[in-house]
Amino acid sequence: MDALLFMIFAAIAVVCGINLVVQTHPISSALSLVGVMGALAALYLLLGGEFIAAAQLVVYAGAIMVLFVFVIMLLNAGTEHKGHRTWAKYAGVPLLLVFLGIIANLIANRLPASENVVFGQFTKGSPLEIGRALFTTYLLPFEVTSVLILIAILGAIVLARKEID
Amino acid sequence: MTFFIVSIIKAAVVAFVLLTALAYLQWLERKVLAHIQLRVGPRRVGPHGLLQPLADVIKLITKEDMMPSHVNKVFWFLAPFIAVLFSLIPIAVIPFGTELSLPAINLGPVHIPAITTAMQLTDLNIGVLFILGISGLGVYGVALAGWSSNNKYSLLGGLRSSAQMISYELPMAMAIAAPLLALNTLSFRGIVDGQAGFFFGFLPKWTIFQVFPFNIISFILFIIAAFAETNRVPFDLPEAENELVAGFHTEYGSMKFAAFFMAEYCNMVTISCVATLLFLGGWHPPFPAQYGSSFLPSLVMAGAGVLCFLHAMSPARPLDRFTLPVVGVAFFALAGVFLIPAVALPLMPIIWFSAKALVILFVYIWVRGTLPRFRYDQLMRFAWTFMFPVAVVNLFLTGLVVALMA
Repeated sequence: MDALLFMIFAAIAVVCGINLVVQTHPISSALSLVGVMGALAALYLLLGGEFIAAAQLVVYAGAIMVLFVFVIMLLNAGTEHKGHRTWAKYAGVPLLLVFLGIIANLIANRLPASENVVFGQFTKGSPLEIGRALFTTYLLPFEVTSVLILIAILGAIVLARKEID
Repeated sequence: MTFFIVSIIKAAVVAFVLLTALAYLQWLERKVLAHIQLRVGPRRVGPHGLLQPLADVIKLITKEDMMPSHVNKVFWFLAPFIAVLFSLIPIAVIPFGTELSLPAINLGPVHIPAITTAMQLTDLNIGVLFILGISGLGVYGVALAGWSSNNKYSLLGGLRSSAQMISYELPMAMAIAAPLLALNTLSFRGIVDGQAGFFFGFLPKWTIFQVFPFNIISFILFIIAAFAETNRVPFDLPEAENELVAGFHTEYGSMKFAAFFMAEYCNMVTISCVATLLFLGGWHPPFPAQYGSSFLPSLVMAGAGVLCFLHAMSPARPLDRFTLPVVGVAFFALAGVFLIPAVALPLMPIIWFSAKALVILFVYIWVRGTLPRFRYDQLMRFAWTFMFPVAVVNLFLTGLVVALMA
């Protein structure tokens, strides 16, 4: 049952991911990305990461992607025009194969031999466990990340103001 | 196997009750608004217009379903489905009462085992986050409807809605987080269990009475944000009819329009249920049973029966002389039924839960009949310069009090 659900949601994620690249209209691409996020959230849930799954939905699908769609709608971006980059047409597939080969090689040789994932085995995904880990073991990285995000927000405001002037 | 059958039956019951409630919520809204404006509201179809929702549904189904020629077809079809889907899903994690126990039934060859099941479709550990996440996705329905209609009024409505929902999601999440600090769980069942009992023997331990002034502020912030999230007056900018025709659903007719309508009312019901569970103690009574809180439903229904008989004495129209006493007798019968402990005890939680949720829904309608609409800049300034800072400070102070009391 778990394996079947995993297959279904993994397939949805992959199909949406391919659709994201293939589609020419920005809105279609953005919604495909939302589909990827939703499928990923379901996969996290299957693996026992309840909090991560909910955060994925609330933050990525519910806030960030809404902003993306909002901006695309606001700018009224039209359909993309395909350029005449013929070399990309011929070089793309071999390059992709080489890339996949490198990744397969890395996974096969470099990664430590891992045992099979068992669904339902991981039980430390609850908000309680994650909160405890964030504010004890990983306190410094957590606070540094929040400062980094604050700097990014301030930078965005500065850049946006310049453009208006 | 039993689990699957019970789950399917529960889902069917919840879906049926929810959809009926949505239809009658609209009837209630028209009636209450009418009385606020000194009218009588619908009363042609059925007694006191009680069959009006049915007539509306038939009207909407049989209307011509036409598609404007200039719309983006795929997204235009998809938008109402998205809106309805993400408004119906959250009801799955909402508990309506404690537990329902049915005795074993033996009818010849048919044997049904004794069943004890929670009055809830599923109890997630992350119920509150689940509702936040799913209802956050509902904005895609509105935004896509506005954009794909290829109409400037619709587009403006969709844009307003997305901006408004993102802005008000922040104070709403913070207003929810503050009481959760004291309750220490994200499961709705756990949240309600944390509100059982009474202070000083009479004041219920509901969340709004717990961390004294701060949780009341959270409740008010939550209700304001809830009005904005559901696009209701005074925050109904996305469908402001004197500026935008009908906003994001201008180009929709027939059942597609009904889908948006349903999604709006369903969101209202969900938000009212969440407010009840988070702040108003869920199914716990407002005063202890030894002061007679279990007799209150019987008392209210007997009162309604007496009212029916009083009105039957001076009927507004000839038919009322016969219909109102029948309704009155029905109310008296219900009052009698609720005096039987075997019936009343399992139903008591559901009654308190629905009573509180209905009060919040009534406030929704009341506000619609009372307040004017915000201007768009006022709406945004209110969210970012008033609600958000207040919510942050409130969260901080609540955390401080909880930490000091622990």
